[in-house]
Amino acid sequence: VPDLYLVEAVNDALHVELERDPSVLVLGEDVGRLGGVFRATAGLQERFGVDRCVDTPLAEAGILGTAVGLCMAGWRPVCEMQYDAFSYPALDQLINHVGRYRWRTRGKMSFPLTIRMPYGGGVRAPELHDDSPETYYVHTPGVKVAIPSTPADAKGLLAAAIRDPDPVVVFEPKLHYRTTKEEVPDGEYVVPLGQARVARQGTDVTLVGYGAMVHVALRVAEALEGEASAEVLDLRTLKPLDEDALVASVRKTGRAVVVQEAPRVVGFAAEVAAVLAERAIFDLRGPVIRVTGYDVPYPYWQLEDAYVPSVARVVDAVRRVLAA
Amino acid sequence: VSQVLPAEGDLRRIIGDGEALPDGEVDGLTPDDLLALYRGLVLLRTYDERSLVYHRQGRIGTYAIFWNHEAMQAGSVFALEGRDWIFPSYRESAIGLLRGMPVSTVLSWWRGHPAGWWNPEDFGVASICVPIATHVPHAVGFAWGSALKGEDRVSIAYFGDGATSEGSFHEGATFAGVMKAPAILFCNNNQWAISTPVSQQTAAATLAEKAIGYGMPGVRVDGADVLAVYEATREAAARARTGGGPTFIEAVTYRSAPHATADDPSTYIDEARVEEEKEHECVGRFGRYLERRGVLTESVAEEIRTEALELVRTGIVEAEAEPPPDPALVFEHAYADPPPSLAFDLEELRRILGA
Repeated sequence: VPDLYLVEAVNDALHVELERDPSVLVLGEDVGRLGGVFRATAGLQERFGVDRCVDTPLAEAGILGTAVGLCMAGWRPVCEMQYDAFSYPALDQLINHVGRYRWRTRGKMSFPLTIRMPYGGGVRAPELHDDSPETYYVHTPGVKVAIPSTPADAKGLLAAAIRDPDPVVVFEPKLHYRTTKEEVPDGEYVVPLGQARVARQGTDVTLVGYGAMVHVALRVAEALEGEASAEVLDLRTLKPLDEDALVASVRKTGRAVVVQEAPRVVGFAAEVAAVLAERAIFDLRGPVIRVTGYDVPYPYWQLEDAYVPSVARVVDAVRRVLAA
Repeated sequence: VSQVLPAEGDLRRIIGDGEALPDGEVDGLTPDDLLALYRGLVLLRTYDERSLVYHRQGRIGTYAIFWNHEAMQAGSVFALEGRDWIFPSYRESAIGLLRGMPVSTVLSWWRGHPAGWWNPEDFGVASICVPIATHVPHAVGFAWGSALKGEDRVSIAYFGDGATSEGSFHEGATFAGVMKAPAILFCNNNQWAISTPVSQQTAAATLAEKAIGYGMPGVRVDGADVLAVYEATREAAARARTGGGPTFIEAVTYRSAPHATADDPSTYIDEARVEEEKEHECVGRFGRYLERRGVLTESVAEEIRTEALELVRTGIVEAEAEPPPDPALVFEHAYADPPPSLAFDLEELRRILGA
């Protein structure tokens, strides 16, 4: 049972799933010969051949569009989008077809494709290598979205995505590709979609996050020790959302701060706040506060630390909720 | 790549005009084949003309007319095997009729009724693609994926001249070339994208020459000559099946009906050119060819027309007899394994509707 970095866990999941199911294939830019710009697909082409780990032309809509056709021919494609913001040309296929085609056939045909991509900032990268585009995907009917924060979840959620009969998008927090190693179960390992995880128990406030922001929330909880007991809820899947876990945690603590790296307006934190307003408003002892990226383009990297929700900003929000 | 250069300039033609222009013929087509092809043309023509009437009678919704596109559709489908897959745009909404799809299914689609949403696997006909050119990568992925599985299946994607300006066309064609996909990219160049003439879509002299950039042959045919379309498609399918990769076929006509029932072309189109095109429309042209060759008589033609009309009339009756759809269908089929919230939404909707 090895200790793996998050990106190694992704790689492990791909090896296991390609081994398990001969209809799974990986396609994307630089995924074969190079093994991916982050090495997430390293070794796949040597092991499974050029037909099951395919270097494609530099064309994201072509990758996702041909993946729709590959599904119709009986494949389960796993598409890599090289970076978060590089995926925008593929939104055409995602919205027009990926999320609709099963419905269009009245459920007769399935489109069990997976899209995986590194997302998020903090890595001192050029423009458009830092986005958190999950809202566009979550908002699209017919598409599911998972965002792991740990190596084990990165493996288990990706395996669940590949096996799921519906299209699933998995966002991998690139900042944490190689920050911490963790024990990852060997061989087949699946974390079911739609189940949140309590990353830390607490009683006074629930910090809700996913992906890279779970790590911020955990540091906030530590920083608040002695002052308040913070529970950290890692959503793991944005759609389907584990509303019950969310409501249960907030029922216990009575307070919620939702942390998201993406810009604020209509971001996923707003959805979390809306669910709490609809299902848990009488359990709340203060306002639900969002701590998010700002409604501006993601800044040049010398200023990115001012943009990405920081421990200080979240601590400040928690203090406001506690004082309410 | 020398074999793909240059793209063709002149339009391939087989059917003559009964006067100065001589008739050619296609090897291997028996009189029965020719009649079957004619039947296909007439069925599509009848379907299209009746649909316009049904629209005016309020029995179907907005409808994309394909009058005089029948030769491109029937000619190409007849050149394929039943196991090959068709990826239609809305201009080819009724192309499934050539594969035995019930008329009522297609009419139901235009009536916005779920009975019109078929299973592509039943006919080898993908769902109607409404957004322009986005199905080109699907056809390419299907062809490529079939070849990877060792299956002998060709795919054909239909799209218009305007579609060649879309990024999806470019990405699909790029993949087709690189993957050597057994795919046929079939462009019905009717020279208009609603009100935009092809001269404003591209500065290229022909659409076929775009094919060179993707490393595939670019073929040009007279789109109102069903035999020329048939032969070009048969050649492309044979190349695809033997590992020769994709082909781009540009079939040229002139749009002689509105883009759709909601369109008024009088503000932009060349009416004289439309009248000229109508004189050479594809169904009559093939019928006269068959008469000259002694394959078709007026009485057989009449029989074929009556048969088609009967099919379409039965189709509209069946489509109108479909029961109103259950509101549960709003939620069904979007997911194989839906988020729990959809069940709550359906429960609420049923309560509100009292259904």
